[in-house]
Amino acid sequence: MTTRLFGEPVQRREDPRLLTGQGRYLDDLGRDALAAAFVRSPHAHARIRDIDVAPALDVEGLVAIYTWEDLPERVGRPLPLLIPHPALTHGRTAHPLARDVVRHVGEPVVMVVAADRYAAEDACALIEVEYESLKPVVGLEEAVQGANLVHHDVPGNIGAHLVQEVPAADGRGAREAIETAPHTLAFRLDIERSASMPLEGRGVYARWDGRDLRVYSSTQTSTSVRMAVAAALGLPLPQVEVIAPDVGGGFGVKIVHPWPEEILVPWAAMRLGREVKWAEDRREHFISSAHERGQVQYVRVGFDDDGRLLGLEVTILHDHGAYTPYGIIVPIVTSTQLLGPYKVGAYRVEFSSVYTNTVQVTPYRGAGRPQGVFCMERTMDKIARYLGKDRTEVRAANFIQPEEFPYDQGMTFQDGRPLIYDSGDYPEMLRMVKELIGWDSFERAPGRGIGIGCYVEGTGVGPYEGGHVQITSDGRVHVSTGLTSQGQGHETVFAQIAATELGVPIERISVVTGDTRRFGYAVGTFASRAAVVSGNAIALACRKVREKALRIAADALEADPADLEIADGVVHVAGTPRASIPLSTVAVLANPLRYAFDEEAARATQFSGTAAPDRPPVAEGEEPGLEGRDYYSPIRSTFAAGMHAAVVETDPDTAEIRIVRYAVVHDCGKLINPMIVEGQIHGGVAQGVGGALYERMVYDQHGQLVNASFMDFLMPYATEVPRVETAHLETPSPLNPLGIKGAGEAGVIPVSAVIASAVEDAEGIPIDRMPISPSDLFHLRAGRRR
Amino acid sequence: MKPPPFDYHAPRDLGEALRTLAEVRGKVLAGGQSLIPMLNMRLAAPDHLVDINRVAGLDGLERSGDGVLVGATVRHADAERAEVHPLLTRALKLVAHPVIRNRGTVVGSLVHADPAAELPAVLAVLDGRVRLARWDGGVRVREVRARDFFTGPMESAVEPGELAVSAFFPALPPGGGSAFHEVARRHGDYALAGVCAVVTVDGGLVATARAACVGVGPVPVVVDVGEACAGRPPEDADWAGAAALVRDAAEPEDDIHASAAYRRHLVGVLAERALRDAAREGAARGA
Repeated sequence: MTTRLFGEPVQRREDPRLLTGQGRYLDDLGRDALAAAFVRSPHAHARIRDIDVAPALDVEGLVAIYTWEDLPERVGRPLPLLIPHPALTHGRTAHPLARDVVRHVGEPVVMVVAADRYAAEDACALIEVEYESLKPVVGLEEAVQGANLVHHDVPGNIGAHLVQEVPAADGRGAREAIETAPHTLAFRLDIERSASMPLEGRGVYARWDGRDLRVYSSTQTSTSVRMAVAAALGLPLPQVEVIAPDVGGGFGVKIVHPWPEEILVPWAAMRLGREVKWAEDRREHFISSAHERGQVQYVRVGFDDDGRLLGLEVTILHDHGAYTPYGIIVPIVTSTQLLGPYKVGAYRVEFSSVYTNTVQVTPYRGAGRPQGVFCMERTMDKIARYLGKDRTEVRAANFIQPEEFPYDQGMTFQDGRPLIYDSGDYPEMLRMVKELIGWDSFERAPGRGIGIGCYVEGTGVGPYEGGHVQITSDGRVHVSTGLTSQGQGHETVFAQIAATELGVPIERISVVTGDTRRFGYAVGTFASRAAVVSGNAIALACRKVREKALRIAADALEADPADLEIADGVVHVAGTPRASIPLSTVAVLANPLRYAFDEEAARATQFSGTAAPDRPPVAEGEEPGLEGRDYYSPIRSTFAAGMHAAVVETDPDTAEIRIVRYAVVHDCGKLINPMIVEGQIHGGVAQGVGGALYERMVYDQHGQLVNASFMDFLMPYATEVPRVETAHLETPSPLNPLGIKGAGEAGVIPVSAVIASAVEDAEGIPIDRMPISPSDLFHLRAGRRR
Repeated sequence: MKPPPFDYHAPRDLGEALRTLAEVRGKVLAGGQSLIPMLNMRLAAPDHLVDINRVAGLDGLERSGDGVLVGATVRHADAERAEVHPLLTRALKLVAHPVIRNRGTVVGSLVHADPAAELPAVLAVLDGRVRLARWDGGVRVREVRARDFFTGPMESAVEPGELAVSAFFPALPPGGGSAFHEVARRHGDYALAGVCAVVTVDGGLVATARAACVGVGPVPVVVDVGEACAGRPPEDADWAGAAALVRDAAEPEDDIHASAAYRRHLVGVLAERALRDAAREGAARGA
């Protein structure tokens, strides 16, 4: 059947538009809008003494200048703390414009609105802000000493502290299990900062018509931005609509909301009665959005002669920057997902989430998992080295076995629900990745090493998503869901799901995402959740529509609905193809009309003879139209998994590190579109290579980000990313109707662990911090010789 | 990332260009690959931009027996494709990325005088020169040798009101070979360190050997290592000793991408590779 598309490598339907420059991104909209620009703090920590806007007032084209004092009470409040948690005892968020104190370089202080961005920046350059500098807190170790404080009322700079303990089966705690274990190891690991770095920065464009506000935002959640904007501006929700246009990447940074600009730009548009737009530039993105990854981890582990874990204790210092708008999701994810595919015996994890005078930390693709996986996989390699065993053997000794699912890790996951793995086959996955990379036949040589990394990723978190499906009288199918797209291929996979569920050719299906005018209830696109949560919601909505279509068709064909099938957009009686009715006609019949607008519609009017005169045109309990809406709310996350392996070569003279091969085996349950999953993995691996070998956010002692440009922040190019060899394993999720799990973050998660494993293998030097540069490796070699 | 206001001039001939420069002392816009980002980041705020792209006669690329003369508006990509000089061609392949090379100019790169850039080192190792013109009642021209041209990081001998109209890269003599080796973090990045070398081989013996380093000093560091290796057959010469001389002459500094110690080490490694390769090529060309 041509419409059975679920599982097929269907070409991405959005690509012709996006690849030929037909995409409509935020800055493509609002050509006549006024432009906003911001004066941002040049200091990491300072008190604002005075703001003198007078020198800027003569700039041609200037429209308005706003400081915090100009903001109404409701607008000037601290931004919301999006995800409160009992352990976040000292959560702090910024004001939309700085009030009294700035806490990182890049914090917005003054907003300028002008005829264009040139004039706005000219005015920004002339505004004089007088600062009294305060001592900046930079670096985790300095922060926890607490000598200087980022927030005067947060002692020790500790925003949150959380301990989670899972005792062993015999009831013993991790510390006791480690102390009595045959072997123990203790070590420290460091992971540096990186950032999402979408090629399109953030951006907001607002229009106010005197009653209704329309906001376009380059966001990962239009519905939640809508609620935040309505609340901040005191507008009734129905008067606010928020649309995510084409979005040039998000990777987590755009799930944070409302950004200061998402409040300020609409507010200015209302106040001025003019359209206002702000498009973030690259420097602003570096110093004013969000970073991630930075952690220090102290690890103690106890294990037996086979390398089986008996007890694991991890103490994490997590750098969350100056503010905590996204709560402590990142260190919670690190703490829980650190466990990977393993049974760890007794586990104790403790983290302190720490303030520093740097850009705030919020989830970036992987969202704390790369750090957790780095910790666990380094631990596995160290155990193997200590025992003189093959590294894969130690991992296999600790795997959760296929018959042990559902497997309860005994912890609370980032959605507040129990960390119970739904399905998986880790031994088979290890066999596949070893075969793919040629693990057992690998020829070790000086400067040549092989590495491996395993992970489990909780995907598809709730609370819910919805889908709306409408079949119109032209036979077209209109699918909408509230969450947003940033290039993932939702237009394709959601259409595949609808085509399969409804029996309609994919060409007749259109998909709209992230537009609150079309679908008002949604959570957002993050945590590898869109396919799982919206995908299932759309499938359920399609099933409702299908059922209604069959009911109406059965009536028209005088058949039993149970005997009907839909193929190529036509309902027919099974085994009797001539007894059929197209869905377009069913859609006409579903909507009784008084007025005809075309010939097809005429069939639904009152004298057409299609309706029984003794019944109401719309039967009791029915609604007009052939449409359906449904929601999917998962009981808990689904757990995807993957294992990566790589071969690296290191130059004996220059210490350059080259990835020669990179292999991925991945399990995200049933594949909707294997080509799109592979694309997600490729992109993720590329970002992971960045984190492993290239990217770091370099703050100096004054809290200046000294590499805030693409010249010095080294995102890998295509020339630095290896070809990725992939293979798929499918263990369907028992938790949702489609049996799927998320795939969005998969590729990035274990890359630092894999590369560290391979470089360590090539060099024979412990690799305990990432990223690693040639200069770093040179000094590690020099240290070994000493 | 929008530039502050400036007046824009687009002269049509050299005289007009020089008169404009004499009058307004503006910044010259050629390929714009360094200037435009600096304007957008407001690191530079000239009141006048003098765009020389429409000036007739600056786009010449002339090869003679002595060397190659590159006009002020000749793009990296044009010079690279013309293959007018083996060392220049090698170096150009290391300059950034194709889209940048399509616009960026050879002479502009010299005038910009970034110590991490490849072309200043090439001009320096070849002992080339830059021709500067200014308006003084008529066109006045002077030539500056490479050793005098690069005066500091991002500083050259171009005076206010002067325009660099061309650069001359001397040809390699018979038996002359060249090489350029560098290590960059990513393909096309400014190098952490780089070394280009010219070695001449005469009668089967090394006659001269020079190297110039990139990214490890305020200006290209040129080292004559002839004494360490001259008079020996290329395969017998003490290239490691010569490379050590180059390494010791380098003045690297720490930065966020690499330590000074690593850079110094790299210079030694790359100098030996470059000298050996240049000698091999010289021997082949001399044979």
